Amino acid sequence: MKTLSWKPISVLVVIAAAVIFVLPTIRPGMWPHKKINLGLDLQGGMHLVLEVDTDKAVEDTIERLAQELRASLRKERVRVHSIDRVEKNRIAVRIQGEENIAKFNKLLDEEYKDIRLAGTNEAGDIQTFKLDLPDDEVEHIKKLAAEQALETIRNRIDQFGVNEPDIRHQGEKRILIQLPGIKDTKRAKELIGKTALLEFKLLDEAGDISAALKGDIPPGTQLLYETKEDLSTNRTTKTPYLVKKQALLTGAYLTDAKVQIDSQYNEPYVSIEFDKKGGRIFAQITGENVKKRLAIVLDDKVYSAPVIQEKITGGSARITGNFTADDAHDLAIVLRAGALPAPVNIIEERTVGPSLGADSIRKGLISMCLGGIFVVLFMIVYYKGSGIIADIALILNILIIAGGLAGFQATLTLPGIAGIILTIGMAVDANVLIFERIREEMSLGKTPRAAVDAGYSRASLTILDANVTTLIAALVLFQFGTGPVKGFAVTLSLGVIASLFTALVLSRTIFEYFLVYRKVKSISI
Amino acid sequence: MQFIKPGININFIGRRKIAFIVSLAMILITIASLIFHGGPRLGVDFAGGTVIQVKFDSPVAIADVKPALKSIEIGTSSVQEFGAAKENEYLIRADSSTALTEDMQQNIEQALQKATGQKAQIRRVDMVGPQVGQDLREKALLAMFFALLFITIYISGRFELKWMLSGVMAGALMLAVYVLTIFEVSIPYLMIAAVFVTLILFWFLELKYAMGAIVALIHDVTITVGIFSIFDKEFTLPIIAALLTIIGYSLNDTIIVFDRIRENLRKHHKQPLDVILNTSINETLGRTILTSLTTLIVLITLFVLGGGIIHDFAFAMIIGVLVGTYSSIFVASPILLAWQNRGK
Repeated sequence: MKTLSWKPISVLVVIAAAVIFVLPTIRPGMWPHKKINLGLDLQGGMHLVLEVDTDKAVEDTIERLAQELRASLRKERVRVHSIDRVEKNRIAVRIQGEENIAKFNKLLDEEYKDIRLAGTNEAGDIQTFKLDLPDDEVEHIKKLAAEQALETIRNRIDQFGVNEPDIRHQGEKRILIQLPGIKDTKRAKELIGKTALLEFKLLDEAGDISAALKGDIPPGTQLLYETKEDLSTNRTTKTPYLVKKQALLTGAYLTDAKVQIDSQYNEPYVSIEFDKKGGRIFAQITGENVKKRLAIVLDDKVYSAPVIQEKITGGSARITGNFTADDAHDLAIVLRAGALPAPVNIIEERTVGPSLGADSIRKGLISMCLGGIFVVLFMIVYYKGSGIIADIALILNILIIAGGLAGFQATLTLPGIAGIILTIGMAVDANVLIFERIREEMSLGKTPRAAVDAGYSRASLTILDANVTTLIAALVLFQFGTGPVKGFAVTLSLGVIASLFTALVLSRTIFEYFLVYRKVKSISI
Repeated sequence: MQFIKPGININFIGRRKIAFIVSLAMILITIASLIFHGGPRLGVDFAGGTVIQVKFDSPVAIADVKPALKSIEIGTSSVQEFGAAKENEYLIRADSSTALTEDMQQNIEQALQKATGQKAQIRRVDMVGPQVGQDLREKALLAMFFALLFITIYISGRFELKWMLSGVMAGALMLAVYVLTIFEVSIPYLMIAAVFVTLILFWFLELKYAMGAIVALIHDVTITVGIFSIFDKEFTLPIIAALLTIIGYSLNDTIIVFDRIRENLRKHHKQPLDVILNTSINETLGRTILTSLTTLIVLITLFVLGGGIIHDFAFAMIIGVLVGTYSSIFVASPILLAWQNRGK
């Protein structure tokens, strides 16, 4: 009798807990607990894996260092032959004359302690210094780039407005993004993938653009294009511009960007505001370059190149270009969220439309119900009265899996539904093992009570052994799997644990209730 | 109702030579099919590339779809029907693995609409870059290997109380695999080598039950892979999930027979091993068939009604359950006899 007392209580507790967790899914808002999470493959949405080009971030740092070095060498009046970025991540400085070399070394020691001397070589009286960054500094830059990229993307997605996005690091330089229920996937991809580096660069109006188009680009300048699409004729025009490489001002000084409508042409544009320092720089550039053309460049594309009419002091500017309202809205978002520290590439994309997700749920539920009914009927036919006990266990099993999914806030995916359906087939196994044992014991002439006891005690260990191995496979799967497959591992694990409980505790309680309390003399098996 | 009458005694062990030939033949066919097809047919998850699932209002001819996509540079390699016929869904497989840009997606929809005269709706896009594909491939193989390894530790521990021995062995194997992956040894060969080393170790350390179980598992997975290859079906992530579940399921069956063997060895220790094996298989036969049957019932409903994505998964599981049931009777137990013959 002692063994009986804890079992019904635990059964009731488990049922109650499962019901509490499952109810909000069936009737939303019953109590504050959350619904069962549906995976992207069931509710529709987009799964992206981005790779941050962290090598580019290192290159950019080196390029910036080279520029700084050039400026400070000029300031210190050290005469150098050339400063170039070589082998992607190195700066080669060619210097002539002992006095210059000594000054250069002094400058390095005093102001550029972080730079590593990768090698020197002499050719005549010209000495070439190769400089680069120490390995741990390079690692740090890469790590920082990956982190900043994630933060920037999170900002952009938050401003775009997606319900419960999931954004996280995956390995060193990958970012996993899950956007459930998103409809305009193309727009989201553009928003996420855009580097959004805004630069203001002067046009090189003296340069020969037709020579540049043939490949003869003057040093210190670059060839960039402005693409215009005429919405009425569907034709695009590409205008080349020769601009100076050096960016006079970048988007780093922005405090705000918003969409406004031009009252004259009724076209949307993005107005941007600089912070104090940015405003000062902007006023200075515009003041010094009146009547010259200033190109507004975003990710190496020229948006416009207006002529500066007068010094602009207000600390604000506007970006035009024939935008649609959505384009302008998204551009404002990426400008507000800031530029990515390095370009990103989409290396994995999985998109599921909402109608497909709904179809999957419907099909999953239909096969679950049908498969379940078949198994339930089969058990009744094969084991009669005891089959009903197994069926009760089976139904409770599904309830526990659902409760577990809600309780642990795990995600239900399409393979996950398959996992539940599979569990329906496999869960009866534990009961089958027990029933077969009971039949064996009864054929040896034992009383029902003794046969049930023997059946359970003999079958329990077997059931445990058999299920632990399935659990091992499921846990490995959980560790390895991504998204949908992980969902399968979750439901399979929950199913195994639930079937252990229902077979060893629940169905035994029912048997004992009939045999001990109701003093039933024979069992239908 | 009872399928298997108590006291039944089919001589399974006596027919182990026939079973051995059957198994060997199936494994050879698997290898032949894999060689013929140039290895398993990998889906985009593992090979990289793009899959686009399109739905039309009424059936269209695949012959119309393919040329329509020629003009769009996505490198279309195949177009096939997907799911039930009445759904009018098609899978377009492309080798290109660059994210579909706005224009691309629109172009595809327009090109399809023009070629078939029907509205085409893109329902699903899966794009996997080559690097991600390779990562997933390696992860999948490692997962299968580790699942096997952990399971054998458990079996050796539970059935022969050799926790330490099997634990140390598994630890050494894991370390070796880990070290070799650092040296970038090609993962598939590494796994095959590791499995062979494991089998040889089991043999000499006389981890009988673990050996029986793992041989049965490798047998099941190999044959399932072989049948997949014969039907020229694709290996995707859900299929790996199915293979791991087959490992779990087949082992479930095997352990239940082993458990009975262990019990009978204690009860009738005077009887020869082959008789005990046979009795144990017969005693558990009812359960083996019944559980396989209920599992097959639900798998068949999934296969028929579950929709395109689940279809192949259910197919793999159905094969796995059938082969797994066969192997727990005809493969796992006879292996226990191997050491008996060696002693003589």
